Amino acid sequence: MAAPKASLHLVAPVWNGGTRGIGGLSRVVAPEGNQKKGRSLLQFLADRFYDVEALRDHLLRKQVSKVHQKNRPFNHINQRYGPYVAGAYFILKQGGAVRFQGREWIRPNQRGHFSLDFLKLQAVPVEAVDASGCAINYQGLDSLLALKELQSLWLQRCPHVDDWCLSRLHPLASSLQELSLAGCPRVSERGLACLHHLWNLRRLDISDLPAVSSPGLTRILVEEMLPSCEVLGADWAQGLKLGPEEQPRDTAGPTPA
Amino acid sequence: MLRRTLLLGLCRGPLGRGLGTHRGGSILGKVEGRGGYRGSWMAPSSSSVTFRTQDPAHDVKTVGRLGGGDRDGKMSEIKKKIQSILPGGDWNPLYDTSYLPPEGSDVVIVGGGVLGLSVAYWLKKLEKPRGAIRVLVVERDHTYSRASTVLSVGGIRQQFSVPENVQLSLFSVDFLRNINEYLAVADDPPLDIQFNPSGYLLLASEKGAAIMENNVKEGAKVCLMSPEQLRNKFPWINTEGVALASYGMEHEGWFDPWCLLQGLRRKVQSMGVLFCRGEVTRFVSSSNLMKTASGEEVNLKRIHEVHVKIDQSLEYQPVECAIVVNAAGAWSGQVAELAGIGNGPPGTLQGTKLPVELRKRYVYLWHCPQGPGLETPFVIDPSGTYFRREGLGHNYLGGCSPTEEEEPDPGNLEVDHDFFQDRVWPPLAQRVPAFETLKVRSAWAGYYDYNTFDQNGVVGPHPLVINMYFATGFSGHGLQQAPAVGRAVAEMVLEGHFQTINLSSFLFSRFYSGEKVQEHNII
Repeated sequence: MAAPKASLHLVAPVWNGGTRGIGGLSRVVAPEGNQKKGRSLLQFLADRFYDVEALRDHLLRKQVSKVHQKNRPFNHINQRYGPYVAGAYFILKQGGAVRFQGREWIRPNQRGHFSLDFLKLQAVPVEAVDASGCAINYQGLDSLLALKELQSLWLQRCPHVDDWCLSRLHPLASSLQELSLAGCPRVSERGLACLHHLWNLRRLDISDLPAVSSPGLTRILVEEMLPSCEVLGADWAQGLKLGPEEQPRDTAGPTPA
Repeated sequence: MLRRTLLLGLCRGPLGRGLGTHRGGSILGKVEGRGGYRGSWMAPSSSSVTFRTQDPAHDVKTVGRLGGGDRDGKMSEIKKKIQSILPGGDWNPLYDTSYLPPEGSDVVIVGGGVLGLSVAYWLKKLEKPRGAIRVLVVERDHTYSRASTVLSVGGIRQQFSVPENVQLSLFSVDFLRNINEYLAVADDPPLDIQFNPSGYLLLASEKGAAIMENNVKEGAKVCLMSPEQLRNKFPWINTEGVALASYGMEHEGWFDPWCLLQGLRRKVQSMGVLFCRGEVTRFVSSSNLMKTASGEEVNLKRIHEVHVKIDQSLEYQPVECAIVVNAAGAWSGQVAELAGIGNGPPGTLQGTKLPVELRKRYVYLWHCPQGPGLETPFVIDPSGTYFRREGLGHNYLGGCSPTEEEEPDPGNLEVDHDFFQDRVWPPLAQRVPAFETLKVRSAWAGYYDYNTFDQNGVVGPHPLVINMYFATGFSGHGLQQAPAVGRAVAEMVLEGHFQTINLSSFLFSRFYSGEKVQEHNII
């Protein structure tokens, strides 16, 4: 079955000071022990006081609305400068990097600031987007899908990219050649099934997906699904229980453990 | 004092200890002197416990240190009794009535499947002010062993011919995508409905191709494919006899209905909806003779009480109610008859029955190692046979709707395996040649709440029994429209009219006036 996900807990950002950056993300997802101590105090109080319960619900809702806010579309930029610049601005604002055709990578610096030189590049298509670790979600993909000549998309370790987002990628089918989903905690094999629309895909990275139930078998099935694509993923033997005492009972197909 | 404590600690002292708290335990109910502490019983880590009652009239029941395992059972019983006596507990001095529904409830929802729970959820979500309405859900089968929801194949699509169906389905997909925002319960893990966004592929023969082109409606992301394109995309399909195919690219797929049901149940319980395990056996109603604007006399009925019979017992509880929602699924016709709908000369509004009946449908699970790969959508053949992938292990689910003549007897949920051999396998093998070698692993049967009039749902109040609302009759696509229909019924109950999606063509009165809202894409 799918790996258990971290519960919708308020505590991690409140007690651990936010999830800015990649280190922060792992703090949210991984350590159960650290979370449990802080969590039980807040839960204890929330079970007994209505005010603490309301405060906790309010903070949870604020967290959710923060992600929504980050993913809002920049319609005024779109109207003024065109979809390529709007998409680039969106990614840069989230903390990712963008490469226009024939240019170098544009990245925000340590404090999140970036130069606005690219505003002149209205007719230059965006070729590569590196949105690793960004809080991009289903709504935020609107800005990305307008980039019709996108060739390379990196969505490594994005916490809010899930199966629904993958089903939205089909408008990029004619141009997308490289896609990386390594480390996304919410992507499962069900979302990977709708990557078959991307017939131009040449490189696909699906390594280290915790929500995929059988990584080895999934990789084989994805390779069969996309014959002209190089799939980087788990080793095919991962997830299989092999050993002299353990014979697979069903010889019709590989049975994952 | 210290010496006495030590004596008691060392040997199991007599019951004569002074009052006081003890480390490791806590005091029942409110602590005196510390206002505002909503105390609750904390299970002590050690086996030693002290507690006292708050009622000064009784003898103070104190118990000293207990260490014995043989006394723990009795102690917990005494603890429970005392806790129930104190304010906040549900102590009834005469007998235990916790299994009975309340004596009165504003809304009684008959049927606790996905539609009934969805109505309950939206009623609680849209009510103003919060906590204004008491909702009771009556479900006679708490294991859901025969409910259509959990036996369903779980698909959701927007490829319908009726525009309202498309809108209902679009909102439901939205609901499922943001299910953890809608159905979030604090401190419980998030829901994973295991949605497969693989889409639906509807194939049409020459005859159906024209209808299919017309059916591509606003809002549905569907692409029409010729047989050539179909062969390129899905090489395992045999396109003989297929003139056109419509493939849903987004917002279509299948999911786990049990998870949705449990998520709704959990959320709805946290919002304060009451559940009762029983069966509705009688409606007590009153009638008023009224005159319409044209002078015609009409008998308007109003349901006052719902008699809920408790499972495996002759006992029943009359529940006074203001509104009854009929969400009983395949059994809605029987519930409607209890309310007197259809008692009258045929051809009149009084004589129009609710045309929802049970229809049995089979679903088969088979294994085919050379079958279609991971990209397989939910395929629907022109002959009515359908199949979809299940999991990663080359297993497939599928079935076929029988024709009117071959309808199986809906008295039980036994599976007819000959039906698979005769009616399901040949068209499957013809459409997907790899399915010529397959092995059926298991099968089950479930009920459709089949609307014999036009196979579309009934939503909204009855024109004569003015406080009965329907949310039933969806003939196999109820699960995929449940969130939106629940919202529509809640709007009708709370506001009196549909606010977001206009479902006035789905009202009961169409059965009398004969206006069919025929849905062509029914599987």
